[in-house]
Amino acid sequence: MFSRAYKAAVTLPPLVWVTVFLLIPYLLMFCYSFWSVSESQAIVHSWNLVNYGDLLRVDVYWQTLLRSMWIAARVTIFSLLLGYPLAYFLSFSAGRKKDLLYQLVIIPLWVSYLVRAYAWKTILGSDGVLNTLLQYVHLTKHPLEFLLYSPFAVVLTLTHIYTPFAFLPIYAALEHIPRNLVEASHDLGATPGQTFWKVILPLSIPGVVAGATFAFVLSLGDFLAPLLLGGPSGIMISNIVVSLFGAAYNWPLGAAISFCMLLLVVSLLFFSERLEKKWSFS
Amino acid sequence: MELLVTDTKFGSGSRWLLLHALSVFAFLYLPIVILILYSFNREGVGGFPPHHLTLDWYRTLFADEAIWDSVLNSLQVAFAAVVISLTLGVPAALAVERAQFPGKAVFRRLVLLPLILPGIITGLSLSMLFKVIGTNTSLTTIILGHGTALISVATTEVFAGLQKLDRAQEEASLDLGANYWQTFWRITLPNLKLPIIGAALLIFTLSMDEIAVSFFLIGRDNTLPLEIWGRLRRGITPEINAVSTVIFVFSLVAIVLWYRLRMRAEGGADAGTEIAQAIEGDAA
Repeated sequence: MFSRAYKAAVTLPPLVWVTVFLLIPYLLMFCYSFWSVSESQAIVHSWNLVNYGDLLRVDVYWQTLLRSMWIAARVTIFSLLLGYPLAYFLSFSAGRKKDLLYQLVIIPLWVSYLVRAYAWKTILGSDGVLNTLLQYVHLTKHPLEFLLYSPFAVVLTLTHIYTPFAFLPIYAALEHIPRNLVEASHDLGATPGQTFWKVILPLSIPGVVAGATFAFVLSLGDFLAPLLLGGPSGIMISNIVVSLFGAAYNWPLGAAISFCMLLLVVSLLFFSERLEKKWSFS
Repeated sequence: MELLVTDTKFGSGSRWLLLHALSVFAFLYLPIVILILYSFNREGVGGFPPHHLTLDWYRTLFADEAIWDSVLNSLQVAFAAVVISLTLGVPAALAVERAQFPGKAVFRRLVLLPLILPGIITGLSLSMLFKVIGTNTSLTTIILGHGTALISVATTEVFAGLQKLDRAQEEASLDLGANYWQTFWRITLPNLKLPIIGAALLIFTLSMDEIAVSFFLIGRDNTLPLEIWGRLRRGITPEINAVSTVIFVFSLVAIVLWYRLRMRAEGGADAGTEIAQAIEGDAA
């Protein structure tokens, strides 16, 4: 029913814009990753694989990448452990309060992410709320120093920030489970535990995969929480990229690292899409 | 009735679930409560128990011109980002739903990519583009960055709206002699009012809070998150608590307004859920 002119009119402007401001920049980053920096800090447009070689050769790069993945993995696990039972509770036991509680999960997302990370800093610091509280009630004599400037602080803060992101798709998946399947399982004599493990959990796997992907990918690329709360042992891969674009001034190497992150993220999305399709029942 | 059934079904387990839910809510709200509480604490941030309630930090905040300049900058950026991303996102959603063109699958994924890709990658690649074409970074480059990255939100929201739309109205309009342009303005767009307003609100708040993309595109003028960031690096200041509290209250008002608007118009999934489905599911 729509003419070719109509289709062209709605297609061309976004297509051109997205090409200029997304596709070309991503490709440009790919090009940069093969270039290098001269002594006088100019970009040399000669094509080689030196930057990718450095990535493998210099310990700090691949170690930081591995550490970032390990931090992101922990954030993912904790977000799922917090998010799944919460989603289950809302979907199956909250009754009429469901919508209100759902909004309550969303509302923290409206507080600036930066500000929430900073709030954790004020809680965990050595003069922070938690340490002074512990001393106030005489549980400890001296401030606990491991709380702030550690991978622990980064994992805690990122878990706080990404739990709602893990919760959302899980909740959506649970809400889509036909309730008569649950009833049927029950009527056929399954215990609540069996019903959960054999009916509800398998049907909610697509939501779990989506939530895990969100939590992992979003925390993997984070650079503010590590800078604010991580200390030297909590540095993540994006912090290295940031410093390569700032003080260290090596855009090509930064581009190579970024491109590896991009590949990692895109392949994760690809696999999670496969996984969801495999598990989806409709 | 349903509550009764679930209660007997899940028995003692549901008490643990309730306890778990309460703990998660406590975890999610603890930093926010602390933030608000300590914005009224004379001794500033940290230290238990808080005492000497005061409005001093709010007075300092209202006298602080740098912060208000950055708030104005952020508002400008957010408005412009809403305009850009909707101007391109609405046609993009129409294109994805109604047109076939070579590279459509790539186009769809590319539009959505900034939503899931770490902001730092999008910010970096855009700053490379501006460097290569010799544009200095400024609020304009931030606007272009936000506008582009948030087309994703506009497209997913409007696309979800389009799928619920009854095509018959548009067909009738065309049959009765209206041209495509008139049909778009008089039928399609008014029917998409709700998703468009929802997208606008979401884009606005996301832009107000955006930092990773802005980080690489910043010129001389700061946006609010970058201003806060600069201060945090220098040390903890209670005005940050005060300004965050003010913004939180504004956000709450916006949520309540949006919620009532949505309730009145009835139904549909929540914005977050729709975006989750758009990224993860193969919607088109």
